[in-house]
Amino acid sequence: MNKILSPRETQGATRRDLVVGATLVGGALLVGCSPGDLLSVGAKEDFGAFGPFIKIGADGAVTVISKHIEFGQGNHAGLAAIVAEELDADWTKVKVEQAPAIAKVYANTGMGVQGTGGSSAISNSWTQLRQAGAGAKAMFVEAAANKWNAPAGEITVKDSVVSHAKTGKSATFAELLPEAGKIAPPKAPVLKDPKTFTLIGSDRVRRKDSQAKSDGTARFTQDVQMPDMLVAMVAHAPRYGAKVGSFDATEAKKVAGVVEVYQIPTGVAVVAQNTWAARKGREALKVTWDETGAEKASSDTMAANYRQWAAGKGTLPEKTEWQAFETKGDAAKKVQGTIFETTYDFPFLSHAAMEPMNCVAQVGTGKAKLTFGSQIPTVDQLNTAKIVGMLPGAVEIETLFAGGSFGRRANFQSDYVAECVEIAKKVGKMRPVKLVWTREDDMAAGYFRPLTHHALKITLDKDGYPVSWRHRVVTQTLMKGSPMPTKGVDETTVEGTKGSPYLKATPVVDAQVLMPDVNIPVLWWRSVGATHTAFVMEHTIDQLARKAGKDPVAYRRTLYEKAGATRHLAVLNLAAEKSGWDKPAPAGWTRGIAVHESFGTLVAQVAEVKLVDGQPKVGRVVTAVDCGTAISPDQIAAQMEGGICYGLSAALYGKISLKDGVVEQTNFDTYRVLRNSEAPTVETYIVPSGNAPSGTGEPGTPVIAPAVANALLALNGQATTSLPFVKA
Amino acid sequence: MAMTLDVNGKPLAVKAAPDTPLLWVLRDELGLTGSKFGCGVAQCGACTVLADGQPIRACVMPIEGLAGVKITTIESLGGNSPLQQAWVKHDVPQCGYCQSGQIMSATALLAAKPNPSDADIDAAMDGNICRCGTYQRIRAAIKDAAGMAPAATPVAAPAAPAKS
Repeated sequence: MNKILSPRETQGATRRDLVVGATLVGGALLVGCSPGDLLSVGAKEDFGAFGPFIKIGADGAVTVISKHIEFGQGNHAGLAAIVAEELDADWTKVKVEQAPAIAKVYANTGMGVQGTGGSSAISNSWTQLRQAGAGAKAMFVEAAANKWNAPAGEITVKDSVVSHAKTGKSATFAELLPEAGKIAPPKAPVLKDPKTFTLIGSDRVRRKDSQAKSDGTARFTQDVQMPDMLVAMVAHAPRYGAKVGSFDATEAKKVAGVVEVYQIPTGVAVVAQNTWAARKGREALKVTWDETGAEKASSDTMAANYRQWAAGKGTLPEKTEWQAFETKGDAAKKVQGTIFETTYDFPFLSHAAMEPMNCVAQVGTGKAKLTFGSQIPTVDQLNTAKIVGMLPGAVEIETLFAGGSFGRRANFQSDYVAECVEIAKKVGKMRPVKLVWTREDDMAAGYFRPLTHHALKITLDKDGYPVSWRHRVVTQTLMKGSPMPTKGVDETTVEGTKGSPYLKATPVVDAQVLMPDVNIPVLWWRSVGATHTAFVMEHTIDQLARKAGKDPVAYRRTLYEKAGATRHLAVLNLAAEKSGWDKPAPAGWTRGIAVHESFGTLVAQVAEVKLVDGQPKVGRVVTAVDCGTAISPDQIAAQMEGGICYGLSAALYGKISLKDGVVEQTNFDTYRVLRNSEAPTVETYIVPSGNAPSGTGEPGTPVIAPAVANALLALNGQATTSLPFVKA
Repeated sequence: MAMTLDVNGKPLAVKAAPDTPLLWVLRDELGLTGSKFGCGVAQCGACTVLADGQPIRACVMPIEGLAGVKITTIESLGGNSPLQQAWVKHDVPQCGYCQSGQIMSATALLAAKPNPSDADIDAAMDGNICRCGTYQRIRAAIKDAAGMAPAATPVAAPAAPAKS
């Protein structure tokens, strides 16, 4: 494609080019080809001698280019450590920079497009960055061998210094740079034997951004300031699907600092010289909404419907049918045994990242630039390209730190990005426009973890183990609007029930999902399907263990052994041992345990819980994690601590409700979140492993809620059938 | 109407309207972007700065009431204060967005109570939300900066060398 369209030519790309490009891209996605080449047409590619992932300055300092956004998960430290390990670079001087948006070179190897999600940053980069580091090292070694006339096999590298022991010669990366930069990178660089790793897995792998994030200099989208920049706020409809009927901007335009008011597809935008003027201008707007196509659903009604449908009652909505996601044995055949039945209800949840959604866009003739925390740059390029009439690859993106995301910044519509681009297109001339959403905008805009219902009917044998498992899930699909439409079951809605070792250990399984189409935007929320499936599976298992009169840990061991779930068994045993499961809990506290696998990582947690004024208080959590090779034990611990707080916050308080289509929560006063005094102490233990690394950004999150529910079950014998624990 | 604000020890003339919250004057007019916007209604603490040494939420504080008040922001701490050193040592930040506000609240706490109890930390820090869940490290860093042994710090067992 590059031969057909040079970067200069793409600036004059026609609508037809775009249609062709988009069709090709869509087709490529559908047949599973990497669309990177197509999506990169028009991109500037200018890499140095060491390729797209490594820059080495004249001073010898190594900069690792991260294709993944850093929004808290610590991946920049891990990614840099992978390179530094293979390159034997001086870790203390390694820096990290964010990659530009070029799908061809920076695609997530698991997604085919450039993006961060599914706890995949480290795992998809593992081999790629090891090769990049090893390749660069080989170039220094060869340069030294040539210079010193010594065999390459005798050259060693340590902390950015290249040495030849026999002759006592040594040189720094800086000294060898001119020669090393001219060596052709090896095609198949030799990787280290992991037994010889000195950096990976050590406590030296710490964050590189703690200083900037402790002195106020870390740059977020909210902090972007450019000459002539305008700030925009948008008046949005109170209901999804409503449109602007008419508006009167007379008063808004009288506000000092307001520059212009535009109607855009998502509402009415007030563009001003600063944030406060934009806000005051928006308050002065008069907008009448056309609610012809507005969604007026209420979450209580939705939940009642979901319960009915799961119970086989009521009429299913049009074009909606039950779909099997796990089937085993003959479910129609009557099985002897005791019956256990239960249901669970989960509310909509807001991601509520600390930094409300925002974006900076510049649109000119044949040019567009975005400066913001882009989680899936390729999708953001595609959606921008559609609006401004360019090839996606030519949309430049500078990715900044984001103040959290938890999934919110990755959606198929690029909702807030597209909104900003629409405004910047009106403004034109590459004049920067910063779209600022208030907390209220952010919470009302949706993209929630979907409201979800589970109904289970389990038949137990005489020893209390399941012999038949009937499972029904009702939830919205997360794949609506995806360029990769999935036929049949959306796996993200059932992952965690599907593939559960408990189902593996059960001879007869009949598991189905119903995905009604509702016009309320929903999205992955840290740990995705596991946000509800982990609770359902783990809390159910504790109830079954209790019914069987067995210890929950022993009961799980039996099922894991039956299922051959050795990694589950290992984290279970480690968490049980480190928490002192076999000894009584501290006076006044009750323990609960839960185990769950998500994104290839196994997590077990033991929570110590008591009731204070009728509300659960979590004191100590012992967590065991198997994430394959541990690159940064400190950041794995940080993700367990953070994941537990995020999961506990939702479990205790998280609930978004809609009344007649209007979101009832508006800010942290009505959407309560965990605060410092409520945070448990967390101890993290990592299972030693020689497997390739898997992620830890999400897997710590879904385990805490069932661990707490199981502690409450042990405390008072009461099961938890709906979240949050604390009812408003 | 111009007024003068005392920010980080310097008198600064500002042009913003008197009802403008301090946060937007700091960020948009003075370019001090360390203090963050998180909720706009004094619920999250991301905008915390000090007013005559007391923590305030700049997002709800119109500048008209701040004449003669000494405003201190994260930028004035220099990056190397005992609290900031402890923050880096414990790798407290994750996304980092709330941390300026956290550090300003902690700065006011240690100024008032050099050896804070856990209850003191609860009281001083509960107004600052962190969605990443760095709360335990914040607590440990405050105690470290105060010269107190941090309570049970989170432990990560060192990973065994990979086998293959």
